[in-house]
Amino acid sequence: MSILHTVNKSPFEKQSLSSCVAHASHGDAVLMIEDAVYGAVSGTAAAAQLEENKNISIYALGPDLNARGLGEAKLAEGVNVVDYNGFVELAVEHDKTQSWL
Amino acid sequence: MKFGIVVNEGPYTHQAADTAYQFTKSVLEKGHDVYRVFFYHDGVNVGTRMTVPPQDERHIQRNWSELAEKYDLDMVVCIAAAQRRGIMDENEAKRQGLDGDNIAPGFRISGLGQLIEAGIQSDRLVTFGD
Repeated sequence: MSILHTVNKSPFEKQSLSSCVAHASHGDAVLMIEDAVYGAVSGTAAAAQLEENKNISIYALGPDLNARGLGEAKLAEGVNVVDYNGFVELAVEHDKTQSWL
Repeated sequence: MKFGIVVNEGPYTHQAADTAYQFTKSVLEKGHDVYRVFFYHDGVNVGTRMTVPPQDERHIQRNWSELAEKYDLDMVVCIAAAQRRGIMDENEAKRQGLDGDNIAPGFRISGLGQLIEAGIQSDRLVTFGD
């Protein structure tokens, strides 16, 4: 059974991204939305934690990246960009969705 | 696939009411069903038709009302959360002795059981909030 985790707060504001990545199991996906997309920027402590964890798939919501001026060139390795349709597909592909609010 | 959507944050606060709208719209456009959208906590504030944002700005309540009309969505506002925040339909306003109601088109007021039921009936329950 796999879970799609969504995180919506910046890792520089709250610990939810870090807690989420630490709790996620093999085969799970973590999707950063809203201010959490700051966690996808290469060179930050948050991105380092994402890059370390090879058991889970990491995604960031494209429209929220664009709204904050974060192009794909700025993203950490292994971060996949999806749009809202991709968000829906991730929710379909995983058995449950857990929102880290 | 059947989706249930929970909105826990009000409009124009952070982004949850917008993200929930965009997600729900994509779910419907991809041909999935939405069993129910449940507005809880400050999320109930999306359901007032008295919202008047500047003309060049997105109208979050109207976006939801139009989506509900287009896809015949069931959009439920939690009654206890709504009463605290002054969101009333005609019946509730009368029952409370108030001089008017403000519920927006497409929304209805009901209890928390509707959220539980949405959780049971939906294949996926996705929560948006603060």
